[in-house]
Amino acid sequence: MSETMTDIDSIKLSNAQIAWRAAQDIEDGAYVNLGIGFPEMVAKFQPEGKQAIFHTENGVLDFGEAPKPGEEDWDCINAGKKAITIKPGTAFFHHADSFAMVRGGHLDVAILGAYEIAQTGDLANWSTGRGGVPAVGGAMDLVQSAKRVAVLTDHVTKKGEPKLVASCTLPLTGVGCVTRIYTSLAVVDVEGGRFVLREKIPAISFDELQALTGAPLRVEGDVADLICPEL
Amino acid sequence: MDKTIASAAEAVSAIPDGATVMIGGFGGSGAPIELIHALIDHGAKDLTVVNNNAGNGHVGLAALIEQKRVRKLICSFPRSADPRVFTEAYLAGEIELELVPQGTLAERIRAGGAGIPAFYTATSYGTELAEGKHTEEFDGKHYVRERWLKADFALIKAELADPHGNLTYRMAARNFNPVMAMAATHTIVQATRVVELGGIDPEHVITPGIFVSKVVEVPNAAQEEELNRAEAVYP
Repeated sequence: MSETMTDIDSIKLSNAQIAWRAAQDIEDGAYVNLGIGFPEMVAKFQPEGKQAIFHTENGVLDFGEAPKPGEEDWDCINAGKKAITIKPGTAFFHHADSFAMVRGGHLDVAILGAYEIAQTGDLANWSTGRGGVPAVGGAMDLVQSAKRVAVLTDHVTKKGEPKLVASCTLPLTGVGCVTRIYTSLAVVDVEGGRFVLREKIPAISFDELQALTGAPLRVEGDVADLICPEL
Repeated sequence: MDKTIASAAEAVSAIPDGATVMIGGFGGSGAPIELIHALIDHGAKDLTVVNNNAGNGHVGLAALIEQKRVRKLICSFPRSADPRVFTEAYLAGEIELELVPQGTLAERIRAGGAGIPAFYTATSYGTELAEGKHTEEFDGKHYVRERWLKADFALIKAELADPHGNLTYRMAARNFNPVMAMAATHTIVQATRVVELGGIDPEHVITPGIFVSKVVEVPNAAQEEELNRAEAVYP
């Protein structure tokens, strides 16, 4: 990249800000599954007046916040094996029912992390393909059957390579499944086999963003400024 | 009819070498630690184990693997906070892994219990986990055919049990336990408390006793997470 290129690390959104932006799109009453790790932060940033109901694969709907250290009940955990709490409205159910909720199309939104997302909506997020112990969990179920599949991700890898690509090189989690991508620089929809730019942070130009993206970014109508609060 | 027996050792004593054993639990929640440890003491080997995970630390399923009793593991997520036992065995080629998406794993077990030999699911379509599997298009969407999964034995952790084997579970410790109880020829249950007939409200029964073979009461059952925080090792 040229010397005039913006220093991306100084202007990009934090993971918390990416999660905040994704949370703004969740409708009141939506049933939502959050992937293990950074997508879990979405739950903290629900807008006032909008309350989603969160699902976790191991058989809990509408759970409460993490307990205080020392107050954990290890029969009450989420899919990340972290302690959670119950609250009025919580429901427990077995694994086949839990995945009937997923595979039967009852979840409104699944929000996951990604290694690569293709312009066709293909997602790679479970295997680096480099050997070691493979592990898939519930990701392949979630991406094929939730009504909306959103990805939270840095726009580029730690080496600066695009994560939004023409076609995935890593093992796929699902085919044509991603509908919206919230990155550290932009909000991008997947429509008709193309990336459509909806929002970008004001500090980056379209050309700079395109240079960091592995497939063409289409513009249809306005591209809004992506502005998040300091978190 | 009384399915209760006196000890975990007696409960697992009929499990032979080479058996397929489903073990309930998701991570540590709902893991029947006392039954697994009794199985280690019993000595059966060349087991095929079905569990969501591959053990954590050096207790429970991890201890069973560490004692080299498991020939093959069928699971969705063989990683944990301390996955060294499985990882070392796998990378050394000492244990076979069949990796199954979590929902497909649950549904294969449910299908096994319900007498449904195969079913179609969109999960894994177009991925390497669907390679070699039959696919078919229904109403414009692609699906992968998956086989049922059954076992010779299931090791289950319940909260309450009665002498007929009716069961309740505690919170998220339910997870795979009810479907595994359906899918095994012999289902062995450790219950935190055995109550008399009528001690469980019929409206609250989660696993009806028809799916259960034996029940052993294990009060104050160990939690895998707490054992691992105490750096416990079994045996």
